[in-house]
Amino acid sequence: MYDVLHTERNVTQNDVKINAQGVQVYYGDTHAIKDVSVEIEDKTVTAFIGPSGCGKSTFLRCLNRMNDTIDICRVTGDIRIDGEDIYDKRVDPVQLRAKVGMVFQKPNPFPKSIYDNIAYGPRIHGMASSKAELDEIVERSLRRGAIWDEVKDRLQAPGTGLSGGQQQRLCIARAIATEPEVLLMDEPCSALDPIATAQVEELIDELRSNYSVVIVTHSMQQAARVSQKTAFFHLGNLVEYGDTGKIFTNPEDSRTESYITGRIG
Amino acid sequence: MPLLWLFLGVVAIAAVGYVLGRRRALQSAQGDIRRLHSLPSYYGSNVFIKALVPGIAALLIWLLAQPFYINSTVSGMIPETAIADGSNRGLVMAEVRRTADGLNNAVAVGAMDSNLASDPNADVAVVTQALKDAGQIVTSDITPTVLVAAQSYRAKSNAGRNYMSVLVLLLTVVGAALGLRDSHADFRARNVVEGSVKALLIAAASIAIFTTVGIILSLVFNTLEFFRLYPWTDFFFGLEWAPSFSGRGGSSKLGILPLLWGTFYISIVALAVSVPIGLFAAMYLSEYASPKVRATAKPLLEILAGIPTIVYGLFALLTVGPLLVSVFGKDGLGWMQAGTAVMTAGLVMGIMLIPFVSSLSDDIINAVPQAMRDGSYGLGATKSETIKQVVLPAALPGIVGAILLAASRAIGETMIVVLGAGAAARLSMNPFDAMTTVTAKIVSQLTGDADFASPEALVAFALGMTLFVLTLGLNVFALYIVRKYREQYE
Ligand SMILES: Nc1ncnc2c1ncn2[C@@H]1O[C@H](COP(=O)(O)OP(=O)(O)OP(=O)(O)O)[C@@H](O)[C@H]1O
Ligand SMILES: [Mg+2]
Repeated sequence: MYDVLHTERNVTQNDVKINAQGVQVYYGDTHAIKDVSVEIEDKTVTAFIGPSGCGKSTFLRCLNRMNDTIDICRVTGDIRIDGEDIYDKRVDPVQLRAKVGMVFQKPNPFPKSIYDNIAYGPRIHGMASSKAELDEIVERSLRRGAIWDEVKDRLQAPGTGLSGGQQQRLCIARAIATEPEVLLMDEPCSALDPIATAQVEELIDELRSNYSVVIVTHSMQQAARVSQKTAFFHLGNLVEYGDTGKIFTNPEDSRTESYITGRIG
Repeated sequence: MPLLWLFLGVVAIAAVGYVLGRRRALQSAQGDIRRLHSLPSYYGSNVFIKALVPGIAALLIWLLAQPFYINSTVSGMIPETAIADGSNRGLVMAEVRRTADGLNNAVAVGAMDSNLASDPNADVAVVTQALKDAGQIVTSDITPTVLVAAQSYRAKSNAGRNYMSVLVLLLTVVGAALGLRDSHADFRARNVVEGSVKALLIAAASIAIFTTVGIILSLVFNTLEFFRLYPWTDFFFGLEWAPSFSGRGGSSKLGILPLLWGTFYISIVALAVSVPIGLFAAMYLSEYASPKVRATAKPLLEILAGIPTIVYGLFALLTVGPLLVSVFGKDGLGWMQAGTAVMTAGLVMGIMLIPFVSSLSDDIINAVPQAMRDGSYGLGATKSETIKQVVLPAALPGIVGAILLAASRAIGETMIVVLGAGAAARLSMNPFDAMTTVTAKIVSQLTGDADFASPEALVAFALGMTLFVLTLGLNVFALYIVRKYREQYE
């Protein structure tokens, strides 16, 4: 059904970047993530797929402790990045988030100029020592976010004035401007046209050489195209996790098979 | 026909129209609602509106216009010779109206024969006596001229009333008939009803606007009157405020500058107190406080807003003033003469404004979408970085609005100034001097026993007008800033 076998795949074993064991997430009384254990590899693109409401975003937000900002949300279990427990008292979530960047499901540019949107992270973390250096970071990020050509003449225009798809690419560029080690992307292409989608996928593929990327997507084709590992979530459970090629051609669980062939969703 | 009955009659006709209109529309669709353009009740409402509105409008206009018309015709009947020395046409007309009312009431309670009441040749003494017997107030003895005029006034009023009743009912019936004629399946009754609702809303909005215009006009006329009596250059550029209340109008010095300076100075102190404290409180409440703390602290803060300003005034007079004197007064630094000072009023006014600033800003900060904060946290920003660089800029237009609202309150505040800042109009830089403001002086100019037509009293309107223009300017400026900011970031 998907021509996954033609895609070049890197199936050599990488080091484990993120190790999550027995993760449970509750929103008040709602049990949103049920005992999920997963090992996410370094220099790999991992795709999270699953029907709407199954907890993909919730689990993704656990990985950079964005759930801390939701009062009613409670996370238990053990999540380690590079062997370090990120829910440990001594870990500063702010520092963690600089290391684990995130692109949100809905584009959320700041009410600032395009330039300032990108420069926001680098400025906060003191990544540029001069204006020229900052300019260079901004340009490089926008280029990698596949939006440079559209905005290069209006860097001082407000970021909120862009179209939905442009805003999403701006947010991607903003996230990579801080050079995170892990990039979490929650449906980054849901508002993009095929050309921009292809550009973002190219970017993801390029990021793989240095970073670990986790992408949530509703597009099976996209998961098959960009990822090496795929995790299938269903009703808060991690049903199946393994090499993308295997999941899409020869899934072990019947639920996975039904989902990727479009029978449940 | 009494007014109430007339009104009820109009409503009754309209109500019948409603039922008929509904039925007629249904009939035209052979009872099948789906073939009607609108729901049946819309056809009913259409007739109801078309019956009610012209009738009631005619009623209102007639009621307003009739007294003017009758007054002017009757007053034309009174010859110049009938007006006594030292009196005038207006006083005689008042007498005429009183007599006419007296006749009406006397007839109504049955104390007087209605023929006698309208007999032009009746004996004046008899009529007067009858009126007095009926308990109607008659100030002086009625002259034949007044009696005749009053009778004519009465006759015209009654006739007018009758004409009015006929006209109103006629209009109502015609309106209902027109509405009924339209009640068939294709008629867009829903749109008509929609339009009427809109018209009603527009009318409500216009009332607010017309009232404002009326207030401004009354200010303008009295201000112009003042400037006829007092040179405007002295008012706007005079450096001294020294009204005399002895009635020797010419010796007053009515320069607005000391008052404006006092207003400005006290407001600045108040804003310097309330804006930082209020903003910081709002930031704490909306970004840092746990829901529990917020649930108790916010209402507590808002209690401050419910305290009457006179209580703040007392607080200034009895607590803050003496406290400041003990530090900055003779025994301390020696800058302050007495408890009443710019500083006292400004501080207390600032305290009064804290809840305004904090409560408004808190709402505005809360309205900034969580996604914006998430975006910033997701990039590894701390809470204060997020607030400073994302939340506050996004909330800025609203916060500017809140601050300017607080500024308007400060400029318009009176009680705290009267009790806290003293009554001396003075141009001084020392914040520990007593000063006064425009509003406080408006009060004192109008509560004195000066003649209302003297420049000393009329100056209050000029002061009010100036204040009005100033606050208007402030608001326009605020709108300009807010809009400019919006354009940039939305
Ligand atoms: N802030 C929240 N408060 C309460 N419940 C929440 C919250 N966010 C998510 N949930 C619940 O958690 C469950 C998982 O939601 P989540 O957003 O992770 O789904 P998802 O897999 O990302 O879905 P989608 O594909 O539609 O984005 C849902 O049942 C949802 O109702
Ligand atoms: Mg989601």
